[in-house]
Amino acid sequence: MALLSKKDANLILDPLADNNPITIQVLGICSALAITAELEASLVMAISVIFVLGVGNVVISLMRNIIPSKVRIIVQLIVVATLVIIVDQVLKAFAYELSKTLGAFIGLIITNCIIMGRFEAFALGNGPWKSFLDGIGNALGYGVILVIVGFFRELLGSGTLFGIPVLGDPITKTGLYSIGYENNGFMIIPPAALIVVGIIIWIQRSRNKALIEEA
Amino acid sequence: MAINTEKNSYTVIFAIIMVVVVGTILAFLASGLRPQIDENERFAKQQNILYAMGVNRNEGEGDVSFIPTNEVENEFSKYITEQLVIVDGDAQAQEEAYLIDLKRQLNALKKGEEAKLPLFIGEKDSKKFYIVPMYGKGLWDAIWGYLSLDENMVVQGVYFDHKGETAGLGANIKMRFFMDDFSGESLLKGNSLSGINVVKGNGDPLNNDKIDNEVDAIAGATITGNGVTAMIKETLKIYKPYLETIRTN
Repeated sequence: MALLSKKDANLILDPLADNNPITIQVLGICSALAITAELEASLVMAISVIFVLGVGNVVISLMRNIIPSKVRIIVQLIVVATLVIIVDQVLKAFAYELSKTLGAFIGLIITNCIIMGRFEAFALGNGPWKSFLDGIGNALGYGVILVIVGFFRELLGSGTLFGIPVLGDPITKTGLYSIGYENNGFMIIPPAALIVVGIIIWIQRSRNKALIEEA
Repeated sequence: MAINTEKNSYTVIFAIIMVVVVGTILAFLASGLRPQIDENERFAKQQNILYAMGVNRNEGEGDVSFIPTNEVENEFSKYITEQLVIVDGDAQAQEEAYLIDLKRQLNALKKGEEAKLPLFIGEKDSKKFYIVPMYGKGLWDAIWGYLSLDENMVVQGVYFDHKGETAGLGANIKMRFFMDDFSGESLLKGNSLSGINVVKGNGDPLNNDKIDNEVDAIAGATITGNGVTAMIKETLKIYKPYLETIRTN
């Protein structure tokens, strides 16, 4: 990591593991439940959030000394909403197919509490470069969990990955289905995401006891 | 010079400047990109209409491939031989009828005003296709699509799309495994135009029975499926006067 000082590198690496926004801070759970039935959707959402949070954190950080604290939440909201609309319009104009796939998620980004959380907790008190790294780091940490959950839900729920059948055909009974395997319909409904996230939290805390809160 | 950011006057001025700046940026962006977005939407409509009549680039199983955007205009004028609007049951030719906003026309119809209902006639391998646009409600937001049928009121193909159905569940109405089930299904029940119901557990998951007015629903997407059923029914109802004139059986 010659590019980044150790402190800067930690801004990116911490949220990936020991300070993960989903599994440790329990933020962004709503979208993690809603859109992880498919791996592709999870990945697309992760990339969108990386962009919005990276840029948003920089914008808020640049404005941090002139934002009146009374209206800072509204200002943050305006910045997120503006960025999201820009992304939406640019995609519609130059990547129409992609924008159709994204349609539902673009709006969801605004409501993602990780974004407001990082604006409020980090960007308002730190310089643009650090805020940028923090934004990217937290969005990556969010994305990693999304992709893991999406992977298991799509594999176990539909027997596909990125829409491609990997376990055989459930209707004509080929591959794994020929020996009696069945897709688990429960995995494609949102509560299954909660269970997968729960298992991830469990694994993470049992490997690193320091993360366990005092009861 | 240190500014006192806590003063009320500062807050108000800040808010005004922020709104003006953001509003200006978005207004310029939206109007600057508008022509490009309109063109994309126009191509997408042409692609969807052609898709419903079986003009597409589907290769493998499960693949939904449209005619590429740079060819779609030519293909559209080649395959779509007539574009009609139906006003009070009278069909009249109208150029570019496919650009009509169906949602607005349906609203007008609901209020009892005059509505222009678009319909397209396509021809492929000397077979005629009648393509009707559809618009309805899913679970979260709008769903829409195109239904192509022949003179016997047998579905030749469909295309569905949605604005915000749940990924992995309702969003799957635009997947091949769902759309393909409609092809060959008869819209007639007895002698009247009935529609096609999206039903759970119809005991026919491979959809071999084409006269049962049923296709297999998507697990976990009941409300979206019901929306599709209702959308087809509604569409047939408003297009019935015209469809009865072309019906041959």
